[in-house]
Amino acid sequence: MFGKGVLLAEQKLSAASQIIRAPVPKRAIIPLQQHIGVMCEPLVKPGDIVKKYQLIGSAAGLSAPIHSSVSGKVAEVGMHPCAAGTVVLSVVIDVVEPEFVEPESRKSVDNLSVEQLLEIIKESGIVGMGGAAFPTHVKLKPKSPVDTLLINGAECEPFLTADHRLMLEHAEEIVLGILVELKVLGVQKAVVCIEDNKPDAISVMRNAIGDKNSISLAVLKTKYPQGAEKLLINTVLGKKVAHTTLPSDAGVVVSNVGTAKAIHDAVYLCRPLVERVVTVTGDSVEPKNLLVRIGTPIKELLRFCNASEYEKLLVGGPMMGVAQFSDEVPVTKSTTGIVAFKHCVDEPEQHCIRCGSCVEVCPYNLLPTVIAKASSRQNFLAAKLYHAEQCMECGCCAYSCPAKIPLVQHIRLAKLEIAKRK
Amino acid sequence: MKVSSSPHIRNSRTTQKIYLFVVIALVPAALAGIYFFGQKSLYIIFVTVISGMLFDLLMQRLFGVRLHFNCSALITSLLLALILPPTVPLWLPVIGVIFAIGIAKYPFGQGNNIFNPALVARVFLAVSFPVFMSSYVSPDTLTSASPLTVAKIDGYGTLVESFGLESSLYSALFVGNRSGSVGETCSFLIIAGGLFLVLVRVIDWRIPFFYLFSVACLALVLGSDVLFHLMAGGLLLGAFFMATDYVTSPITKKGRIIFAVGCGVLTVILRLYSSYPEGVAFSILLMNAATPLIDRFTVPRPFGR
Repeated sequence: MFGKGVLLAEQKLSAASQIIRAPVPKRAIIPLQQHIGVMCEPLVKPGDIVKKYQLIGSAAGLSAPIHSSVSGKVAEVGMHPCAAGTVVLSVVIDVVEPEFVEPESRKSVDNLSVEQLLEIIKESGIVGMGGAAFPTHVKLKPKSPVDTLLINGAECEPFLTADHRLMLEHAEEIVLGILVELKVLGVQKAVVCIEDNKPDAISVMRNAIGDKNSISLAVLKTKYPQGAEKLLINTVLGKKVAHTTLPSDAGVVVSNVGTAKAIHDAVYLCRPLVERVVTVTGDSVEPKNLLVRIGTPIKELLRFCNASEYEKLLVGGPMMGVAQFSDEVPVTKSTTGIVAFKHCVDEPEQHCIRCGSCVEVCPYNLLPTVIAKASSRQNFLAAKLYHAEQCMECGCCAYSCPAKIPLVQHIRLAKLEIAKRK
Repeated sequence: MKVSSSPHIRNSRTTQKIYLFVVIALVPAALAGIYFFGQKSLYIIFVTVISGMLFDLLMQRLFGVRLHFNCSALITSLLLALILPPTVPLWLPVIGVIFAIGIAKYPFGQGNNIFNPALVARVFLAVSFPVFMSSYVSPDTLTSASPLTVAKIDGYGTLVESFGLESSLYSALFVGNRSGSVGETCSFLIIAGGLFLVLVRVIDWRIPFFYLFSVACLALVLGSDVLFHLMAGGLLLGAFFMATDYVTSPITKKGRIIFAVGCGVLTVILRLYSSYPEGVAFSILLMNAATPLIDRFTVPRPFGR
């Protein structure tokens, strides 16, 4: 990623905070769409009693099932706002948490076949935990032959430390998860990729990997957005993945460390995916890394972290996260972090001075200023000709713009309009 | 709660900060002009900048821009002052700056002007007031033609003779003790200012580097003295401060190299074969015109293609 991308202040306020369990909410709002693909069908109706780990959303097609993260009674199945800014069908559960006995661990894993492992991963509702939430059982059954598995422990967004703490505290489980993924893919080579701002995680993971031949570790120079899938593949393996193709077409599968941990919990502990580590951070909270039940309204996490007045609330990191207008939205499988800013400075936008800073930093070699100008003039054909669709909205351009032009907003609009006209 | 599009953080660079750095980088050259040519330089700089800023305020009003201290107008005015002969009457730069800001800049739209306003104004003045604009003096106020003019009319040998040794010519060009426009004579302070801008990443090193490199190469190939061409006239000022103007130069890295080489080639050709002694202003303006085309043909390949 030489010369591209931006060096950001890391702001890893919560890097030293051990993962602690967030309190179970009184009311859980579990969206039936938490993943890329087809929405789940609700299997419960108001009045039903549900138990933790019970299947409440069935998957058909490109999808992943959804399980209840709590025990209680279904209050309603209706439309509720979610962190992405849309309204989605959700199962709302009034929580009554009795003494819950976790399922027994699986006695032996080694004798499970690839098909059985894939079935467990599918039935456990596992999706990519890095934020994209792509159904893992589909990713691990690629259409093209694959020879390398990259485990993404980069966590290049400022403020977020969930993956960092997972590697420090659950390295053994992550490695076991990686071994399952290797078996399922039929691949003998995995590379754990960690940015060099996490030296403690690097050494812990190195120890956990031990002398296994199939897993190695790559230390990456810390730069945003090194953790982006295609950039990661390019830096670690030197391969370029084109826009219209998948990493698997280049023989690579990229999977987050959190996904590896979730796979371990599903295969070894027989636990479907119902909780995840979320970093709650920012200058108006006490920064913490919390193990949160899916469906917990972020309001409760903010309260748990003694949040004071904040002007801006993000789900995700500061570069690609989504600003929220309500703190009632729930944590889902793709919630990596919550950032609360005490102050939000709106710098006035000026006219473009053609300085070329955006062109210099764009990791995909696009011309953000040209696309944004075309978009703002409603010329979406020009935006398409200048490859607007390839933009991954990383935010490097707008971050660097001295005129404070909201480049990503313009480009995102162009992408939407181009998609509409297909 | 505020809701806006990602990204939610920005770096601390602003356009005003960038412009301020450019002004700071120009101050040493301006001071050298005052040192070598005396009070007249100071008055010219003063008058140009004040009238430029006031006229810019008027333009802001006319074009419906929220009134503010426009640092880019400060740069345009200062640059224009620095490329005028120190003998011009004080009403002349006022006309120049009005042309620069009122015609070469605002009517094209903010950030959309094709030509470098200071250079356009200089060319306009040279064409409209040829006598005033070619009346150069040396620092000891004896009327004397600029080194480039002497080299063109009487030949390089005669120029060297007038300085005694070639090394004396070089040091005069380097230190600034020679005839020229207000801010172009002190090579080393211009280079210092330019390197400062490269170091703080305000200008792309490619433009001054490839501009100067292609001038050096072409001069060498055509049998002219390289050091002389690099330091004479307004080349250094042009390479570091005019060609690097954001609005009028390409936005792609490859494009900037092509632009700079074009400027270099044209500068040498104009200096050696045209009827003008200096080619910097015209060559930059011609490449400004080519910039949109250069941008179109140097669109980088998206990642992965």
